[in-house]
Amino acid sequence: MGVRKSKELRVTSYELGNKDKNTEYSRLRRPAVAGTQNTDTASLIEVEEGIKIIPGANTIITTLDKVVNWGRKSALWPMTFGLACCAIEMMTTGSSYYDLDRFGIIFRASPRQSDAIIVAGTVTKKMAPVVRRVYDQMPEPRYVIAMGSCASSGGIFDTYSVVQGCDSFLPVDVYIPGCPPRPEALIEGLLKLQKKISQEKLRWSRWR
Amino acid sequence: MEAREIAEAIKERFQLEVKDIQEFRGQVSVIIKKERIHEIMKYLYDTAEFCFDYLQDLCGVDYLDKKEKRFEIVYHLYSFRHRHMIRIKAEVPEDDMFINSVVCIWAGANWHEREAYDMYGIVFKGHPDLRRILMPEDWEGFPLRKDYPLRGPEGWEWKGIKEIEELHTHDDERGIKTGFKGSRD
Repeated sequence: MGVRKSKELRVTSYELGNKDKNTEYSRLRRPAVAGTQNTDTASLIEVEEGIKIIPGANTIITTLDKVVNWGRKSALWPMTFGLACCAIEMMTTGSSYYDLDRFGIIFRASPRQSDAIIVAGTVTKKMAPVVRRVYDQMPEPRYVIAMGSCASSGGIFDTYSVVQGCDSFLPVDVYIPGCPPRPEALIEGLLKLQKKISQEKLRWSRWR
Repeated sequence: MEAREIAEAIKERFQLEVKDIQEFRGQVSVIIKKERIHEIMKYLYDTAEFCFDYLQDLCGVDYLDKKEKRFEIVYHLYSFRHRHMIRIKAEVPEDDMFINSVVCIWAGANWHEREAYDMYGIVFKGHPDLRRILMPEDWEGFPLRKDYPLRGPEGWEWKGIKEIEELHTHDDERGIKTGFKGSRD
């Protein structure tokens, strides 16, 4: 099965259509861009790729993919789970100076109510089952960020007790290099994850 | 008291037990046999003029191919009353990996002895709860021994890691890994 052509869905707000929809619509249609044909589609203005609005009617026409992904990436709540020195940088990133709240990223102290886990630090073998358990407790959709060189590859700890990269037991979405990464790097990683989320397709459907 | 005087006093009291007294940059070590370690420690703890009421540290050492007796347990003692300290080293040979616990004298020795057991496999007789403290309980081998390979024994992996790696290999089938693989029909 190839990529299915996504159907356009129409999201209509409640404010519209309390009286006569047709007259309201035709009135709004008139001030469309001059020179275009006055058909139904011509009055739609494309504000962004794949997102169209009916001017003045509080109506957006777009795909469900875009709406769902927009919702997910705009409220990305990572699990508060620090393992080593990277956790200090993670805390700093959440502080008022770097202000993760502006991206809608708020740390949540429960795996049941978080969307992402930041593996911040060295994952020892004894800790790895715990990390996996926390991940398994998170509801889908869930994302994993490997923060720092230890979580990505084991880093300098090529020893008997350290897992050589948390991707051996977790499906990692974003790797952030650094030892430890600065808060700017973590923010970059989170923005990358948001970008990745916004490119997902059909993740809302039963058929994943 | 000066550390040297304490060391001499111990030697006088336990003549057969003390093997050597070493000094390095003002720090005095008393090297003893392990058999009467509890008695010696109790003596240092109880005697008013020593009054070693604080066990600063307890750790194990592996002298593989460096010394005749392979292991040592090192005690750092301190007295809050007299502000003096001394280092006691008890030799533990490889063919007899036992030493008496000092938990009943200093309760703080509990976790230190567990660590020494975890890392070197030295068994502390009379310890109330001698389990591994750092490594998982079903870990095999003692990692801080000099002959332990840095990346762990060849061909051996801890059970817990194998379990979660096995879980991860099925993530794809459950649609966890990539999240989206297109519709299934």
